[in-house]
Amino acid sequence: MNTPREFPMSIEPERYELRAGPTYHFGLPRRDFFKVLGGGIVVFCLRDISLDAQEAGRTRRRPDQPLPQEISAWLHVNENGEVTVYTGKVEVGQNIRTSLTQAVAEELSVAPGSVQLLMGDTDRVPYDMGTFGSRTTPTMTPQLRRAASAARDALIGLAAEAWNVDHAKLRAANGAVTDPESQRTASYADLAKGRELAQAIPAEDPLTPAAQWKVMGQPLGKVSGRDIVTGRHRYPSDIKLPGMLYGKVLRPPAYGATIASLDSHEAEAIPGVTVVHDGNFVGVAAPSTRVAESALAALHATWNSPPKQTSSDELFEYLKKNAGNGEERGGHVVGSVEKGLADASQRLAQTYTVAYIAHAPLEPRAAVAEWKDGKLSVWTGTQRPFGVRGELAETFRLPEDHVRVVMPDMGSGYGGKHTGEAAVEAARLAQAARHPVKLTWTREEEFTWAYFRPAGVIEVSAGLAGDGAITAWEFHNYNSGGAAITTLYNIPNQRIQFHPVESPLRQGSYRSLAAAANHFARESFMDELAHLAKMDPLDFRLKNLTDARMRDALQAAARKFGWGQSKPQPGHGFGIAGGFDKGGYIATCAEVEVDSASHQVRVVRVVTAFDCGAVVNPDGLRNQVEGANNMGIGGALFEAIQFENGRILNPHFARYRVPRFSDAPAMEVVLIDRKDVPSAGAGETPIVGIAPAIGNAIFAATGQRLRALPMAPKGL
Amino acid sequence: MPRVTQLLINGVKFSVDVDADASLLSVLRNDLDLTGSKYGCGEGQCGACTVLLGGAPRRACITPVGDAAGKPITTIEGLEKDGQLHPVQQAFLDEGVMQCGYCTAGMIMTTVGLLKVHPDPSHEEVAHYLEGHICRCGTYPRIIAAVRRAAKSMLEVRS
Repeated sequence: MNTPREFPMSIEPERYELRAGPTYHFGLPRRDFFKVLGGGIVVFCLRDISLDAQEAGRTRRRPDQPLPQEISAWLHVNENGEVTVYTGKVEVGQNIRTSLTQAVAEELSVAPGSVQLLMGDTDRVPYDMGTFGSRTTPTMTPQLRRAASAARDALIGLAAEAWNVDHAKLRAANGAVTDPESQRTASYADLAKGRELAQAIPAEDPLTPAAQWKVMGQPLGKVSGRDIVTGRHRYPSDIKLPGMLYGKVLRPPAYGATIASLDSHEAEAIPGVTVVHDGNFVGVAAPSTRVAESALAALHATWNSPPKQTSSDELFEYLKKNAGNGEERGGHVVGSVEKGLADASQRLAQTYTVAYIAHAPLEPRAAVAEWKDGKLSVWTGTQRPFGVRGELAETFRLPEDHVRVVMPDMGSGYGGKHTGEAAVEAARLAQAARHPVKLTWTREEEFTWAYFRPAGVIEVSAGLAGDGAITAWEFHNYNSGGAAITTLYNIPNQRIQFHPVESPLRQGSYRSLAAAANHFARESFMDELAHLAKMDPLDFRLKNLTDARMRDALQAAARKFGWGQSKPQPGHGFGIAGGFDKGGYIATCAEVEVDSASHQVRVVRVVTAFDCGAVVNPDGLRNQVEGANNMGIGGALFEAIQFENGRILNPHFARYRVPRFSDAPAMEVVLIDRKDVPSAGAGETPIVGIAPAIGNAIFAATGQRLRALPMAPKGL
Repeated sequence: MPRVTQLLINGVKFSVDVDADASLLSVLRNDLDLTGSKYGCGEGQCGACTVLLGGAPRRACITPVGDAAGKPITTIEGLEKDGQLHPVQQAFLDEGVMQCGYCTAGMIMTTVGLLKVHPDPSHEEVAHYLEGHICRCGTYPRIIAAVRRAAKSMLEVRS
């Protein structure tokens, strides 16, 4: 078995969202579960919190310290045999509600339809750091499987006791325990009735091997699908409370602008309007969105201009100039790059850039806040309900147990909703208005006041031996990040460094973090080296690669694509790229067409092979891979935030082009189902292959090498 | 400012009292709590708010409610009949389209409008007709498959 490599930065600490203060962990739950949940069986999942600490990048467990264990989730089988799982993970479109349901159904031997997941409600689920980093499948899935397995075991135990037979002789299936000898059967409901049985599970309970899965490993449609297609599902922006008002926030004309004066008399004269002016925060609450908009327009503010700020046309120069603030980490050195370059027969150095891009989740930030008896409750869309609870507690100087954050399945995030801006704003307005307040950001606000995928400059240089072996590799990333910065290729001499920079724009996590940028540079450069070596780009990669799973993925994609089997038509080109991140191996082949008259680039066809270990839900996984490729086409070809002196110049879909139907190529996904390897997450890594595959295909079609993302915002 | 006092939505008369220039979307969502139609951009660029007005797809976010008064309005909440999903809704489930699902209601409403005038659209026709809709999760190929599946099932029912 080929286990994933442990790189120094294989789990990149999330950089933006975890600057928050100390996190609060639930101790053992104090409430009486059975009073709240009713009778039945409860199983507590215990987790190793040092894993979370490692995800946070704050501390690393010393080997001599005992593993601290806390509850990460719990599972309840009630007296009707219904199963409810309580987890702090959230559903943001990655369909984890569905795959976690499968995991529980598998180990508990029940139908998926009898399993409910209560997710992301900080008053009702145990602490969870957040849903990011493709961590739910590798961490929460096995925990819930163990809990479900323990619950099944407990139910079998109850039957064994009742029938006075050996536990080992009984079987559980379809929500019931059966004694094959006597043909007796008892449903889980029968067994749970009148019980109040609680147990914590040991971490090493055996799980069903992937080869024997019946529910996992099979396609299962989105469990909330019917509520979506009927419009019944309430997203965060759909929440409505009795007596609720609508909020609007007065935004500064530029980043860093501070308020000099405010005349709010006219706005305050409008019936039902509350104006809040607290420091630099100015907002209104009103009985309707129309009145709130009028009140906002009636505010007369003057602003102090901030000092001149960097603009997009001078960005890359700025990033290079301002690198090296002493916080550099993750340096990776192997051998001697100088020696490797000296040994080389050919050398190459290139610079790549990536622009800031916006997540642009279709549901903008939204929150409904309610104060009641000194307690604050907020319904909001976030990937970190407990993080937002912390933000609210800190902002309003409340103990965390006086704040509840509820996260209804939201209109996506892609790493862009780790923060609680709308929650804080709605809560401040609700506090002043003494009514619940809903605040939904406009699209322009979402484009301007959220945060961006970091821009970056990446410099790569390498040396080649006469036979095409890479002898030296130097890679410097300025600002965009350290995720997947190291290389899987076998190179004896390496120097790899991430250089943080004080970003001109507010920046944070984005689907795959910097893995997309680093793969774009690395895999474009590999293509350049292949041409320098006069080798086929696939052969060149394979020559410099021994990692079996990476080789398999590249060859699987190439085979399905027909790499090397045919020549592209005139004006078309083929490109290939591969990579590894967050436990997943990806290879993508793309065919592009460059129109000879309009010089527009169209992605015609894409094949992606993906290996993320044992596949939990093949159809859900295909959907993620397809979606990642389509989303990635935007960052590859045309998405870029334009900004000038603290203002965003294109904060609308009319001026910020995102992929649409006509941009979506024909697509095939090859899943490499490694039943012998634990499942890794899949929401992020599939996005890293598309940009370099497209860039390499454009080179093949035109001979033009594009080293800046986006590559063709206005055609070539 | 003229006022609108009645709307016909999903076959039901609703009493309201709103300025005629208020957006239809804000009236549906805030005044009537019909939240299936979504706000995505407020400028007709993303399609998440799409409803049928007199049977034709319209962007509710840029439609003044005054324009909708007196015409039958259909929203996503009005497609299911007696617990039976509309074939387009069923096709979105059958094709496993949804990731976050926030664009789905708008996509479905435009599709219902499309299939009324083009009962058997080609792949390219579907893509062209839905070009004004954004699925940020990138499920475009599945949406096209769902539209064509729905078209097929509706044609089968008719024949």
